[in-house]
Amino acid sequence: MARLGRVVLARLAGSVPVLLIVLVGVFLLLDSAGGDAVDAYLLSMGGGDAQMAAELRTRYGLDGSALSRLLFTLGQYARGDLGWSIALNRPIGPVIAERLPNTLWLMGSATALSFLLGSALGVLAGRRPGSLLDRVLSGGSLFLYSIPSFWLGLVLAVVFAVQLRWLPVSGIETIASGKAGLARAADIARHLVLPVAALGMIYLALFLRIMRSGMAEAWGQDFTLAARARGLPDWRITLNHAARNALLPLVTMLGLQSAAMLGGSVVIESVFAIPGFGRLAQEAVAGRDAPLLLAVILTSALMVVIANLLVDLAYGWLDPRVGSGAGHD
Amino acid sequence: MLATISRRGVLTGTAALLASTALPRLALAQGGGRLIVAADSEPRQLNPAIVASNGVFFISSKVIEPLAEASYDAGGLKPLLATGWEGSEDGLSITFTLREGVSWHDGTPFSSADVAFSAMEVWKPLQNIGRSLFANLEAVETPDPLTAIFRFSKPTPLQLIANALPVVSSVLPKHVYEGSDIVENPANRALIGTGPFKWGDYRPGEYYLLTRNDSYWGEGLPHLDDIVFRVLPDRAAAASSLEAGEVHLAAFSSVPLADLDRIAKVPGLSVVTKGYEALTYQLIVEINHRTEELSNLKVRQAIAHAIDKDFVLDTIFLGYAEKATGPVPANDPTFYTPDVTTYPFDIAAAKALLDEAGYPEGPGGTRFSLRLLPAPYFAETRQFGDYLRQALAAIGIDAQIVPHDAAGHIKAVYTDHAFDLAIAPTVFRADPAISTTILVRSGQPDGVPFSNQGGYANPELDALIDEALVTLDRDKRVALYKDFQRMVTADLPLINVADWSFTSVVADSVTGVATNPRWVVSNWAETGLSE
Repeated sequence: MARLGRVVLARLAGSVPVLLIVLVGVFLLLDSAGGDAVDAYLLSMGGGDAQMAAELRTRYGLDGSALSRLLFTLGQYARGDLGWSIALNRPIGPVIAERLPNTLWLMGSATALSFLLGSALGVLAGRRPGSLLDRVLSGGSLFLYSIPSFWLGLVLAVVFAVQLRWLPVSGIETIASGKAGLARAADIARHLVLPVAALGMIYLALFLRIMRSGMAEAWGQDFTLAARARGLPDWRITLNHAARNALLPLVTMLGLQSAAMLGGSVVIESVFAIPGFGRLAQEAVAGRDAPLLLAVILTSALMVVIANLLVDLAYGWLDPRVGSGAGHD
Repeated sequence: MLATISRRGVLTGTAALLASTALPRLALAQGGGRLIVAADSEPRQLNPAIVASNGVFFISSKVIEPLAEASYDAGGLKPLLATGWEGSEDGLSITFTLREGVSWHDGTPFSSADVAFSAMEVWKPLQNIGRSLFANLEAVETPDPLTAIFRFSKPTPLQLIANALPVVSSVLPKHVYEGSDIVENPANRALIGTGPFKWGDYRPGEYYLLTRNDSYWGEGLPHLDDIVFRVLPDRAAAASSLEAGEVHLAAFSSVPLADLDRIAKVPGLSVVTKGYEALTYQLIVEINHRTEELSNLKVRQAIAHAIDKDFVLDTIFLGYAEKATGPVPANDPTFYTPDVTTYPFDIAAAKALLDEAGYPEGPGGTRFSLRLLPAPYFAETRQFGDYLRQALAAIGIDAQIVPHDAAGHIKAVYTDHAFDLAIAPTVFRADPAISTTILVRSGQPDGVPFSNQGGYANPELDALIDEALVTLDRDKRVALYKDFQRMVTADLPLINVADWSFTSVVADSVTGVATNPRWVVSNWAETGLSE
């Protein structure tokens, strides 16, 4: 257990330079875009005079140099403070705390859906590579992969929410419903069905195809041949021998996908009006709100680091060689 | 009440014979209910006394009321917190008589002190429009709790102030704001007003909830129990929420024009174009007069001749707009004149003007190149940018579209002046002096959005604008603004292309829709639900 703790700490410490580079890069990018938060605010007001713009810039600390603003923000992070959002006019910490769970629910469910369903279908397809079932599944998943997620989201909403009215069109829960406990959880789950399906279906193909090719490869290898020679039933070889070995690259993909999902959720959150992280990032860019955008990036980057850490730990569990190798160094 | 009950009784008796959909509407007319409205943005500052913009009014006008609201009746104004207003002979004072028996949502009585405080501490020093409109306001006297006398240092036309009242005169409670940092006061997040609805709840990214003010001064009002503004940033999501019956109303054209035909055919939904007359948007071509070619009147005239307004109306606005003749829209009942210089679509005339101006066709038919910056925040301005590029190519002007996002566009055009032509959606707010003359008056400091940042300076036009600003006589003032339209169309500091107003998509169950020319941004006391 102590070793595990050391690994986690070392990983987090190792990610600090990466985080710094990401933060500085994002800040410079946003700063080089034309216009600042006050321009965006004046537009939303439908105009204002020059003196008012100057007063606002002073009020929000935008009159300093880019370097001083960046150092100020990083200094805040060092003190454990996420700072103040210019566009929302609120402290950023609570905003993140409000939005993060929605995105985690969305991403977590979508990842679980695409991973579980994708690998299960991949096992089916990889059992008999080249069979009709294999071709139908591989072709179908590629078709899903080629669909833009916002379009899939809109189509799902039109069919299941507008035409059939089985599920709500948008939102994360029924507005001001007064529900609590299990009733509220069920309500949120109902709202998540369509966005999770839209986001998860797209990435399903990736998992399916990796699983399938891993399986196809395993069939030609000695250990499956040996298992077969020992007279093991077909399903046991498929699950315990071929599939377990094919799982490793899948888990690698899972870590990488956690970052891609975050990008995909920007679109899905807009289409389904879910107040999540992706939409927050988009609002931050549109409002030229550097402190908010940096906080979103910082949190997202931390999430990706943590996801990859979990993936590494899962490696050790799935493949004992990985864990023992690290132990000897 | 009696009538409703007896009618309901009769109807239930014959219910079996009636179509089931018609019944509840008749029986429960104006019986409370929750109105759910699509909102596409969340204003950063919700206080309408500080930010007088349509995005803010959309939500906050139900809570905080102005002295008067726009009206379709003669005179154009309906009294709200003020019941009367009168200007002095010399134009140096305006006396407002205030409504009796009004109280704030926290129970404190409303009085002239609140009006004086709002005018002197908020509208004049802080409000985006009030800062210029009330620049000459010196003091507000309150001889009694129901009288407020505005004292001006220069003659101020009553007509101008009256026309501006619905936009600039949102009254704040003095006892809540006095002695605090008004811009950051916590009450800006949980508004306290005198309106028909009280602030309920705000969940960022999700919804605003407003609830009925049971002690509203309007007898029997409001009809609704509460209003929910659902935040739906995606326009397709707004349309499907309407179709699924999750939302009753989407305003400000949040349903794309291209979808309107389809939506209008959905049973139970209607497209309404009324209720926006006092917030007409104008599609204009902003011109940078620092650019040598564009400083030549003949070139500006050629550009005006190159624009086929009929095509623009049919293709971009799908008929939901009017051709503009000048800086005042034709739907304005007071100031508009059609007697101005017009520029009919005429490619040959445009080419001849460019030849005369000394810009002959070069190799490949191109005379010169320009940077074109369409405002990115309206679909109509972006599409018109694409059209204008083609229209100019037809007369030998190579317009290169420079893309920006919203904040980038504002900076590029209004601060950096890094444009030759720009396309803007400006707003005509019932009086040319409020937000129209600023588009052509010289001497605007850099960085002021929706003002003359094109470097245009015409002393004659400036003098006219200044004279109209202090002209008290109503007819004389109107005549001056008609001259203003003639001068602008003759010299083309900018080119007005179309005047458009928004569309609403409304469920048929909603009653009391579009009852005034600013309906979407008014208080909705008379709006109800019949389901």
